[in-house]
Amino acid sequence: MLRYTLKRFGLMLLTLFIIVTVTFFLVRMLPGTPLANEEKLPAEIREQILEQYGLKEPLSIQYVKFMGNLVQGDLGMSLSQNGRSVNELLSDRIGPSAFIGFQGIIFGLVVGLLLGIIAALRRGTWIDNVASATAVFGVSIPNFVLAGLLSYWIGVKFELLPPALWGGYEYTILPSLALSVYVIAQVSRYIRTEMVEVLEQDYIRTAKAKGLSWSKIITGHALRNAMIPAVTILGPLTVNILTGSLVVENIFGIPGIGNLFVDSIMVNDYTTVLGTTIFYSVLFLSVTFIVDVLYGVIDPRIRVSGAKE
Amino acid sequence: MNTPKKWEKNWFEPLALSEKNSEVLAPQKGYWKDAWIRFKSNKGALIGLILIVLLLLIAFIGPLFNEHNYHSQNLTITNQESSGDHYLGTDSLGRDLWQRVWYGAKVSLLIAFIAAFLDVVIGVTFGGISGYFGGRVDAIMQRILEIMYSIPNLVIIILLMMYLEPGVLPIAVALSFTGWVPMARIVRAQILKLKTQEYVLAARTMGASHYRILFKHLIPNVMGPIIIAVTFSIPSAIFFEAFLSFIGLGLRPPSASLGILVSDGYRTLQLFPFQLFWPALVLCIIMLSFNLIGDGMRDALDPKMKK
Repeated sequence: MLRYTLKRFGLMLLTLFIIVTVTFFLVRMLPGTPLANEEKLPAEIREQILEQYGLKEPLSIQYVKFMGNLVQGDLGMSLSQNGRSVNELLSDRIGPSAFIGFQGIIFGLVVGLLLGIIAALRRGTWIDNVASATAVFGVSIPNFVLAGLLSYWIGVKFELLPPALWGGYEYTILPSLALSVYVIAQVSRYIRTEMVEVLEQDYIRTAKAKGLSWSKIITGHALRNAMIPAVTILGPLTVNILTGSLVVENIFGIPGIGNLFVDSIMVNDYTTVLGTTIFYSVLFLSVTFIVDVLYGVIDPRIRVSGAKE
Repeated sequence: MNTPKKWEKNWFEPLALSEKNSEVLAPQKGYWKDAWIRFKSNKGALIGLILIVLLLLIAFIGPLFNEHNYHSQNLTITNQESSGDHYLGTDSLGRDLWQRVWYGAKVSLLIAFIAAFLDVVIGVTFGGISGYFGGRVDAIMQRILEIMYSIPNLVIIILLMMYLEPGVLPIAVALSFTGWVPMARIVRAQILKLKTQEYVLAARTMGASHYRILFKHLIPNVMGPIIIAVTFSIPSAIFFEAFLSFIGLGLRPPSASLGILVSDGYRTLQLFPFQLFWPALVLCIIMLSFNLIGDGMRDALDPKMKK
């Protein structure tokens, strides 16, 4: 198990290194420069600014310096926000993003789990149909469309909740809801399929024959086994929440990391783009890493073969 | 236990041969015919298929119904509601929304199909080679695959799009840059399973080349999973294309895709919600249809696969 974990960890670091390197050079090759109003600036001031941010040195030196700082956790200065470091920007912005993200994923997991279990237990009834319709619609309606509809209908038309911006708790509900629909769809579908399969197993019949109560069978026997394969979708779900947060934060005007990322792409803020990419990659890689290791813990067969296939 | 019935004499008399009691040999159904029958019995999948055929028909015939085109601006008739002349109204530059929606739908679908095609070509080749040759080749290719799989595709696609000139082909290329990875994984897993079959051994004994065994013997047997994966990669490509347009990295005006139309619609959402509604509706119908078809395909082509 330890060997497997170490191997995965090594691969994670290698992947991160590749991502950082590729992103570094891709970002530097972008058309345009990070200087606003470039034409209006006198040449010597422009030089001075580029000098100050270390953009005049050869790319290889910049790369080595950047990597050196990165190892110490320093992501450098933002090029668009005067005198602020990327670390500062990220820590300012992480609160709202994390809050709507976690709220969305937790809400999605709870609702999806319940829906999936009920659908599996009441197979072929209307509630099963509702669950499968939710599953198909949930993955088919893009979250930026959903976010707009929610903001327009609930926010503007009925004025139930604030349609946008960032304030108290009520501002977090619609964005989280927009993010959670995909989670609900995926989780309910997965749990339903697994539950249906598990419920037909012999050990469920044995448990029933032993005289265990129905609720004990569901929670103690069926659900536990149905959850194992479902752990694998946690990775894709995190990706979806991240992707979704970019647009959802934009639509609702939430001061989060997704918004920061999109904005800094637009203004060629190299360091912030790079920092945000690294942040996202680390987040995503850690989730995949944890899921993989967790999967090995839950399902011993994985450890022997060392791969999911 | 039931008590046995008292036997009757005629039980033991031979029957005369007739149509009724002769053994019926059902015509043997091939894999694809069988799959089609299973697909047809899936109501959702059939609805999806009908929807997508209808949508394609309208996308190609619909624009002929009025005199406008997708790019001509007319600033005297901006933001009109739907009328006999402009079926879905006009946008903020007075362009006919009916024309733009169908043009956008065609562009979005084109991008998705090209991306799916590239996914198949790269994914099948990579996965096929990796699975077929095994050993060290497989080990190295697997590491590459694992690294590719763990890169957040969104980040790479965004960075690529900032670098490439926006256009139909560059967007498709950017989408398939990470899109082929799931395909390669599926194909590799299937090939690993199939390559120990007798027919592969037979082909090798008869001196077939690796290329021939892989592409003529093995890949045709993996068609089912490949088709399923393609059906699901199309809606995901459409989603990502729309997403890119939405954050401003998509096609440039006057060209349009559904994503562009949706993000244009957002700017006027408060005043003219119909400008968001129509493209969003078409986008959702396309995604829904492909997802439904994909589900049907999965049940039809690969009844054993449960995911």
